[in-house]
Amino acid sequence: MLIVGENINTSRKRIAEAVEKQDSAFIVQVAKKQADAGADFIDVNAGTFVDREAEYLCWLVKTVQDAVDLPLCLDSPSPKALSEAIKHHRGEPMINSISLEKDRFDDMLSIVTAQPCRVVALCMTETAMPVTVEDRIQAGAELINRLTVEGVALGNIYIDPLVQPVSVDTRMGNAVLGAIKTIMNDFPGVNTICGLSNISFGLPARRLINSTFLSLCILQGLSAAILDPTDKRLMANLLSTRMILGKDEYCGDFIDAYQKGIINKE
Amino acid sequence: MSYQTLLDAVIKGDIKTAKEETLKAVDASQNAQDILDQGLIEAMNVVGDNFSKGAIFVPQMLRSAKTMQECVEVLKPHFQENAMTTKGNIVLGTVKGDLHDIGKNLVGMMLEGAGFNIIDLGVDVAPEVFVDKIKEANADVLGMSALLSTTMPSMSLTIKALADLGLRDTVKVIIGGAPVTRKYAEDIGADSYASDAGAAVHETKKLLNIT
Repeated sequence: MLIVGENINTSRKRIAEAVEKQDSAFIVQVAKKQADAGADFIDVNAGTFVDREAEYLCWLVKTVQDAVDLPLCLDSPSPKALSEAIKHHRGEPMINSISLEKDRFDDMLSIVTAQPCRVVALCMTETAMPVTVEDRIQAGAELINRLTVEGVALGNIYIDPLVQPVSVDTRMGNAVLGAIKTIMNDFPGVNTICGLSNISFGLPARRLINSTFLSLCILQGLSAAILDPTDKRLMANLLSTRMILGKDEYCGDFIDAYQKGIINKE
Repeated sequence: MSYQTLLDAVIKGDIKTAKEETLKAVDASQNAQDILDQGLIEAMNVVGDNFSKGAIFVPQMLRSAKTMQECVEVLKPHFQENAMTTKGNIVLGTVKGDLHDIGKNLVGMMLEGAGFNIIDLGVDVAPEVFVDKIKEANADVLGMSALLSTTMPSMSLTIKALADLGLRDTVKVIIGGAPVTRKYAEDIGADSYASDAGAAVHETKKLLNIT
């Protein structure tokens, strides 16, 4: 299971303040905590700073990679911000994201094929958010076909089925779970990735909902998740779910985490 | 006549009871506008306040909104030719290049519940489309949503398009969406910012001096 740490996002107030003040110490601290907690990639997002997004994203890339030896998930819908940020990135980044929307696919494609990288591909249709399982499968299949034709390796593609709130439509959980299952089944070798928190928008006890949803996604074959790795209960849930599903040889990761104190004694 | 049972039913989202109560009120020859104002809209005010306070959650709000819509359908045939009076015309949409609609739909539903007439232009709405509709509908308020840093500038372009046609002072502009901030609203010359559906109702009433 590949873990992308989501905490460096300027839609969070304290991150936005730190970015504006160029407070590298604070950003480094947030990055290190996620790395220590087991993140494989650190997501960086400066999307709330419309005019200065590219500049701030570059600063985040430099600041985080100066302190942490991990690749980053460069998170922006803006081709300009991404192409700038990549120049400062060491190693192979994850580009978040490409989708089938009119101009976005072509603009992003040139960035994605310019260097070795992984890419998050959103199951957005050309004109609307997906509703059903079928909408997602159709968009996912088209993304996989169009990306692999351009030379992107299947294993570098991370299909995001787009999680939407069950508070607004109670079918939204099954829509994502069904899509993960089919896409993992129909395209062996491809990855699926989810952000979790959208599922619980508009509801109380969100951490409980996110955590339960993660388990169900893993059951369907989800291979990567964008989440807060410093959330110990969420990580404990992830590790025990993987183990129960036979994805943890000799229960090694689970026991390691326990011995490191990531999973608490009961 | 007291509308307490109707109020309670809408607040609870009990469609069956609410429709029965609406019919009862009509049969008791109550004025349709009064039933709407003192029953349905009043109930949705309570729902909006409860939502803003965090006392209820999105599914409960949706259930109440659905209940109100069903009751309005019951009421519609009983309005005289001069039709329902609304608290104002609101043009709503997600800006050009952006397909996110969940938040915008919640805002529309709550504003409708508060007694406004909603003209929802959907998603991927270009500045000129907003402007044309504002002119045509003589809108009091424009509500724009954007969920991407790349589409937020379209809000600014729409405000500019309004100004270019001399329409900026005829309409109040409220914006929202996950990456949008109050500061951004100020920077681009919007009149207000709303962080959620409850806030959108509150800000709209404030801008139009409705108590």
